Amino acid sequence: MLMTTDVRKTSESLPGQKATREIYLPPQRSSITGGGTAHIAAKEFSVYYGEFEAVKKVSADILSKYVTAIIGPSGCGKSTFLRAINRMNDLIPSCHTTGALLFDGEDVYGKFTDEVLLRKKVGMVFQKPNPFPKSIFDNIAYGPRLHGVNDKKKLMEIVERSLRKAAIWDEVCDRLDKNALGLSGGQQQRLCVARTLAVEPEVLLLDEPTSALDPKATAKIEDLIQELRGSYTIMIVTHNMQQASRVSDSTMFFYEGILVEHASTAHLFTNPKDPMTEDYITGRFS
Amino acid sequence: MNIGTRKILDRSFTAVGIGSIVVMALALMIVVVPIVYNGIGAVFFTGTVEHRKMLHAEFKRGDSQDLSSEVASSDRYRAKVYDMLTGFEAELEAMAPEKKAEYQSKYSQVRTALQALLGPLPGDPEPMLTRFKYGQTRWEKAEEKLHDLLYESKWDNSNPNVMSNEYFVSRAIGFEGTSLVKLFPYVKDNLENMLLPEFTVYWGFITDSSVDSHFFGGIWPEIQGTFFLAIGAMLFAFPLGVVAAVYFTEYARPGFLNSMLRSANSTLAGVPSIVFGMFGLAFFINTMKVSESKSVIAGALTLAIMILPTIIRAAEEAILAVPKTYREASLSLGSTKWNTIATVILPAALPGILTGGVISLGRAAGETAPIIFTAAVSVGSAIGLADVFSSPTPALSWNIYNLASEHEAATQIRHVQYGMVLALVTIVLLLNLSAIVLRARISKKLKG
Ligand SMILES: Nc1ncnc2c1ncn2[C@@H]1O[C@H](COP(=O)(O)OP(=O)(O)OP(=O)(O)O)[C@@H](O)[C@H]1O
Ligand SMILES: [Mg+2]
Repeated sequence: MLMTTDVRKTSESLPGQKATREIYLPPQRSSITGGGTAHIAAKEFSVYYGEFEAVKKVSADILSKYVTAIIGPSGCGKSTFLRAINRMNDLIPSCHTTGALLFDGEDVYGKFTDEVLLRKKVGMVFQKPNPFPKSIFDNIAYGPRLHGVNDKKKLMEIVERSLRKAAIWDEVCDRLDKNALGLSGGQQQRLCVARTLAVEPEVLLLDEPTSALDPKATAKIEDLIQELRGSYTIMIVTHNMQQASRVSDSTMFFYEGILVEHASTAHLFTNPKDPMTEDYITGRFS
Repeated sequence: MNIGTRKILDRSFTAVGIGSIVVMALALMIVVVPIVYNGIGAVFFTGTVEHRKMLHAEFKRGDSQDLSSEVASSDRYRAKVYDMLTGFEAELEAMAPEKKAEYQSKYSQVRTALQALLGPLPGDPEPMLTRFKYGQTRWEKAEEKLHDLLYESKWDNSNPNVMSNEYFVSRAIGFEGTSLVKLFPYVKDNLENMLLPEFTVYWGFITDSSVDSHFFGGIWPEIQGTFFLAIGAMLFAFPLGVVAAVYFTEYARPGFLNSMLRSANSTLAGVPSIVFGMFGLAFFINTMKVSESKSVIAGALTLAIMILPTIIRAAEEAILAVPKTYREASLSLGSTKWNTIATVILPAALPGILTGGVISLGRAAGETAPIIFTAAVSVGSAIGLADVFSSPTPALSWNIYNLASEHEAATQIRHVQYGMVLALVTIVLLLNLSAIVLRARISKKLKG
C-alpha cells in the first residue's frame, strides 16, 4: 500500500497473507508451504538482457521470515533473479522483464511502483563488500538520514543497534569515526549488512555475501543469518552447498535461467526430485 | 623473447625515460632560472636615494628626517657637478659662434645623460611625466647611465657588406681644453656619494599601484585583476561544468544528440584562445551588452566559456571513475538517483573534479588572448569589487605582453616585466600546488 499510489487490489494476493504478516512463525523445515505466507511471489517471471532471456518463466513463492537459498551453476541467472526483486537491474538499460513479480501482493514492476520505497523495504548485500568511503558511523547512518532521521542521539542509537545485530559492534565501537575502508574484508561485509539493517528492511537479499571472505569471517556471516532468521525474509545466493544446507529453510536450484527445483532445504538436499539437482548437489556437474 | 633481451629492453627503456625527464628539467631550468632571478630583482635590489625620494613623494613611505639628511649629503656632492655645469655654460657664452655651436650639441647630450642619472638639473623646468622627476632609482641602471655619460655610442658603417658595429668614444676627449673635462672623472668617482646605493627590499612591488605606466611603483592592480578574472571565470564555469558533467554521465540518454553534444564539447576544448576572445567581444559585449565596453565581467565570462569544456571533461571522467558499487549500495538503501549523486557520487569524484577546476583556474589566470578585447587595459588602478560590471582591469598576462612589446620604454623597465612574469608563474604554481594538496587530503579522507 505504501509502495504504490495505486490502491487496486491484486487478484494474485495470496490467501491469509495479511493476517499473519506480523507474527513470527517458527520455521518449518519439512515443508515450504505449510503455514508460511508468500512475501515475494514470482509468476511466469522472466528477465531479459536485450534479446537474451536470463531468467526464464520462473514461478515461486518466497516465504515470509524464512531463509531461502538460491543455488546453481555460474551464469544460470541467480544474481539476475535476486537483483530483479529490488529492481537493481534498472541500472542496466537493456534489461526488461515479463510476467509478474509480487512483493506483498503488489507488482514490483507495476506502473505506479515507487522503486525507491521498494528498495527501502528490500535491502541488498553484495558479493563484494562495498562500504562508502566515509566513516563507519556515516556508513550506517546513511540510510536513516536518507529517510529523515537527523537527530544525533537517535542516529547513534540506530547505529549501535544495527552494528550489534550484525555482530560487529564490539570490533568497531571505539573507532566509529574512522573510515570504513580501513576495516578487513569480513568486517566490511558485516558493516554492509548492518548498513542495510539500519534502514529496517523487510527483506534481505544476499548475493554471495561470503565468496570474498575467509572461513572465519564466513562463519560469522552465517551466524548472523541464523540470528536474523525469523525477523527478516532472507534470500541468499551461494555456490557453497554446505552453506545453503546450514543456513536456509528452503532452496531454489536454477539451471540456465530455469527454476529446476524449489523445495525445503532438508528435502532438496536429501531427496532431490530432479536428476539434474542431484547431479549438481553431489558435484557430478560441470 | 629470452630473459637477456627482455632485461636489455627494460633497461634501455628506463634510460630513455630518465633521459627525457632530464632534458625536460633542463629546458625548464633554462626558462625558469632567469625569470626567478630577474623577477626577484624587482623586489630585492640596490636602490638609490632617488628611489627613496620617489617612495616618499608618491607613496608617503619612509622617514622624512632620514631622507632629508640623505638628500642633504647627496646634494653636497651634486653641488660640485652643478657648479661645473654653470662654469662651462659661462665659458660657452664667451666662445666664438661656430665653436660654440659645436660644443652646444655635445653639451646638451651631457646634460641629458646627467638628467637620466641624477634627475632634473637646477634651472630645468618641472618635468610633466613622473618618470623624469627622479634620477635612477636602481643602482645597476645608474651604472648603465654612467656609462652613457662617459661614452658616446657610435656606429661603424664603413663596411657596407656587414651589419654596422657599435663602438664607444669617450666624451671627455670631446671636451679637452674646457673646464667640463673634469666633470667626467668627478661623476665617476663620486656617483655612490651622489646616489647613496643601499640594499632595498621593496614589498611595495606586490602591493603598490604603478606610477607613470610602470616606471615606478608595483603591480598590485595587475595581480588583483588576474584574480578577479580567474575567480570570476571559475564562479561561472565550475558549477555549470559540474552540472553539465552530471547531466552527460547520469541523465543523458545515449543517442545522436548526446554524442553530438559531447563531440562539440571536445572540439571546444581545442579551439584557439584568440577565437574565444573574438567571441567574447562579439557575443558578451556587442550582442548581450553585459557592459558598455571592456569589463571584468565580460572577460570573466569569456574565460569561463574557454575553460568550460576542460572542466566538463575532467568532471565527467572523475564521475565515471567512481566505482559502480557505491551507486548500487546507495540505491539499494532506498536512495533516490539525485540523492545518490549528491551524497555518494560527487563526494567520491570530488578530488578529480577539483583538480580539473584548479588546473582550469590556472589556465584562466594565464591566458592573454581572451581578455585582449574583453577585459584588459594596459595601465590602470586597482578596481573595486563593485566596478567589475563596468570597468576593465589590468591583468598580469596582458601586461606582460604589453610591457614586452608595446610599452614606449620597454627596455627601461625590464625588471617590472620579469617581476610580473614571476608573479604570474608563482600564482599558477601555487594554484596547482593547492590542487595537489587538496586532492591528496580528500583522497586520504576517502581512503581512510
Ligand atoms: N548486464 C548484462 N548484460 C547482458 N547479459 C548479462 C548481464 N548480466 C548478466 N548477463 C547474463 O545473464 C546470465 C545470468 O547472469 P547472472 O549474473 O545472473 O548469473 P549468476 O547465476 O549470478 O552467475 P554467478 O554465479 O557467476 O554470479 C549470464 O549468462 C550473463 O552472461
Ligand atoms: Mg551472481
